[in-house]
Amino acid sequence: MTTSIKKLPDTEQVLSGNGACGGCPATMALRIVGKALGSNAIMLLTPSCSVASMGMTPKLAYNWPCINITFATAGSSASGITHALEIMKEKGRLQGELPTVFSWVGDGGTYDIGFQALSAAAERNDNMIFFCYNNEAYSNTGVQRSGATPRGSFTTTTPTGKRQPKKNMALLMLEHNIPYVATATVAYPGDLYDKVVKAKNIPGMKYIEILAPCYLGWQFDMPETVQMSRMAVRNGAWLLWEAENGKIDFNNPSSQIISGKKKAEPVNEYVMKQGRFNRLLKGSDAEQRIAEIQGDIDHQIAFMRERAKITI
Amino acid sequence: MKSVTKAYRPISWPMKGAGGDTGSWRTHRPVVDKENCTKCQICWVYCPEAVIDRNESTIDYRYCKGCGVCAKECPTGAISMIKEE
Repeated sequence: MTTSIKKLPDTEQVLSGNGACGGCPATMALRIVGKALGSNAIMLLTPSCSVASMGMTPKLAYNWPCINITFATAGSSASGITHALEIMKEKGRLQGELPTVFSWVGDGGTYDIGFQALSAAAERNDNMIFFCYNNEAYSNTGVQRSGATPRGSFTTTTPTGKRQPKKNMALLMLEHNIPYVATATVAYPGDLYDKVVKAKNIPGMKYIEILAPCYLGWQFDMPETVQMSRMAVRNGAWLLWEAENGKIDFNNPSSQIISGKKKAEPVNEYVMKQGRFNRLLKGSDAEQRIAEIQGDIDHQIAFMRERAKITI
Repeated sequence: MKSVTKAYRPISWPMKGAGGDTGSWRTHRPVVDKENCTKCQICWVYCPEAVIDRNESTIDYRYCKGCGVCAKECPTGAISMIKEE
């Protein structure tokens, strides 16, 4: 049973008046993460929108100690800090509960540039939470193609639509045999909250990926951020699942799609609402390109259904 | 949250308004109709700016960017977006 909205705690770790765009899904998600983690945490940020929205010195929009690090080092920097904290605790220089160390990284810093350091940190099983807020492009620098961009999507570096499907990063992290992997999205805050609370109490490396529909990069209307996120889940374009010690459990409403109780809605409306797919809808081969997108989604659903059966 | 006025140091302190008075970015102002509001707190949970009070459903217009997510998500339609003069 997911935590209801009324039971979420009052603490605000993201302060009003930050520099993010209006309707930013990253701050929306970070607020919920903040409620789950509490104030005893250390935040690491690689170059991303969240760094741009921190605000200007001497003010800071996040109510945590924040460290800005270079793009490729999200995994290794967090490893260093958690090891240092453990040794300080051992030598008695630090009293009380150890702060939670977490990286707050965009999809570029996870899928592409930061993957090596992340993979190494996962292999060492260092005690930290790695958050990837996935807006499916390098939105901070003006929407370039990343490993998370789905097939057919327009970016400034793929003007005719990306030709390759995106990679399944959460599953890749699961194959590192880390204790906890989860996917979430902004439209289901109770689900996200529960996953972060669960991750906080597990020692070792935790990976949580949050789908964050960026209205600027995806080119839809600003108020529709949450709707788009909900639509992605209902279409099966984004599956909500968590894996504790390698066993995949799907969460509502993705579990109904996986078990076949409910059919995933066709992708057409989801694609039509987003300007980033517009160019492919204008061409003569529009139907074929939409069928390709639908094919990718169907393949992911079928693949994850079978993958979840492996429980050894 | 600490005050920065004591001494200037080359580090930042958590404080509201780190991006300035972001209310000036707004083109449309969300207005809550108290009669239709059921206090379900959905607007509060989805507000990316944390400007909505969860118990009173009041909005801090100094920092509200006017994204309209609250008006779109309100199940009773109690929040309407009114154009700024």
